[in-house]
Amino acid sequence: MSDAKKTNGWTPRQPMVSIKDVHKSFGDLEVLKGVSLDVMKGECICIIGPSGSGKSTLIRCVNALNDIQKGSILVEGQEVNDPDLDKLELRKKVGMVFQQYNLFPHKTAIENIMMAPITVLKQDKDEVAEHAASLIRKVRLGGKENSYPGELSGGQQQRVAIARSLAMNPDVMLFDEVTAALDPETVKEVLVTIQDLAEEGMTCILVTHEMGFANEVANHIYFTDLGVIVEHGPPKTFFKKAKDPRTKEFLSQIL
Amino acid sequence: MARLSIAGAAPASFEGGGSLLELFGDFFKQLYDTTGWNFVIFYDQVEWDRFIAAIWTTIKLIIACLIFSVIVGVVGAWAQGAKSKLLRYGMAGYIQFFRNTPPFVQILFFYFVLGNLTPSYDAGGYQEAYIGSFGWAVISLGFFAGAFNTEIFRSGIEAVPESTQEAASALGYTRLQSYIYVVFPLAFRVCLPALNNNLVNLLKTTTLAYGIAVPEMMYTANQVWSDNVNVPEMMIILFIFYVGLVAILVWGMHRWEKSMKIPGYG
Repeated sequence: MSDAKKTNGWTPRQPMVSIKDVHKSFGDLEVLKGVSLDVMKGECICIIGPSGSGKSTLIRCVNALNDIQKGSILVEGQEVNDPDLDKLELRKKVGMVFQQYNLFPHKTAIENIMMAPITVLKQDKDEVAEHAASLIRKVRLGGKENSYPGELSGGQQQRVAIARSLAMNPDVMLFDEVTAALDPETVKEVLVTIQDLAEEGMTCILVTHEMGFANEVANHIYFTDLGVIVEHGPPKTFFKKAKDPRTKEFLSQIL
Repeated sequence: MARLSIAGAAPASFEGGGSLLELFGDFFKQLYDTTGWNFVIFYDQVEWDRFIAAIWTTIKLIIACLIFSVIVGVVGAWAQGAKSKLLRYGMAGYIQFFRNTPPFVQILFFYFVLGNLTPSYDAGGYQEAYIGSFGWAVISLGFFAGAFNTEIFRSGIEAVPESTQEAASALGYTRLQSYIYVVFPLAFRVCLPALNNNLVNLLKTTTLAYGIAVPEMMYTANQVWSDNVNVPEMMIILFIFYVGLVAILVWGMHRWEKSMKIPGYG
């Protein structure tokens, strides 16, 4: 029973994540001013934009790390903007990877991956161990099971963080500038891992500054500035035929 | 004989006594006879038994107080961050009270005021309280040191990055789960040196239980020197005893600190 995810009549034909007219303020500062976007099952979308445009805030709202003041976020039909939100139910569906990895430094790589399924989902330890072992191979870290986060490079830590999130069997993965703290060489190993996931059909929402990567893996790209989505489209049209002057300016600086 | 009197106690005899006394009893008896240094506890069977009993009582008292105070600290630090205002204000009041009043006054208060208000049973002609002086010493000293432990653990918790807790939340941990599995284990490592200090202080503060007649080392030493007029000798014993106990505690805490060191962290 506990494994069955509540769907409230949601079917895979509807958007897996549906964000509608979301407003979010920190005090007097309004960081999201009516953002709407849909993500279908199996899609990978990238959100790009200058610093302070609300990208990270937006995806943090999807798993209720930030609350919103107005609007609606549906994840598989479950309303996130609800005072009676079952956060556990939501977070079983939504995995998140952070810029600073945020691994648990007192646990080894494999323990980091195994902790949440055992503690939160109360899964059988042996099954979790098996799953964790396959995940650590999936992120190409076989042999590093018993290393502590402090003994791993940034790229390796980030891949453990991805595996840790996958161990919860999420339906959607959120990536919040996951390569921003890495050096150029290790960026690639993390991106390859994410690309594998996207190609396997994992629904992914990425906030990123890696334009080449976004171009390669994203089904759809959203450009945000000053709390609104300025322009969006599939990568081919977005990168080549951007219309809005703000998008053009941003792309000209970054490409 | 310098032995003054012990009500109802048989005269000293170490011939038939403990084997340890046989080992060094003669030496201390001779030391007294030749120099006047009266380590009566090392040659008199009755005083020796009293001394040994005091060692055990002291160790039991210390262990009980340490454990209780750490539990109070762990729970208190968690309650300090609780959503409930009542709980947070309650904690603040508790810390203020126990930190800002003398522990000796607290012990007397617990034993003589609260002790009178708690239930007792008929122990054959007189009323015996369920919680005796030992129990009240543990409770009052545990709460006293627990107030400091709460603040010590809080400082450790504040040193755990918000982002680490956020990662736990994102994985579906409740606040309590995150505290137990992530925040506290990290905070504990950070605050262990400060905790170490406070526990050393607590160990020494257990001597205040003397005030409510818990037969621990301080109380017993006082009894012995009252009976034998050997204050300097018993003072030396007291100092050596507590130096030894603190050394053992500190050694243990350092071992523990080392064993918890995380490779590549901090």
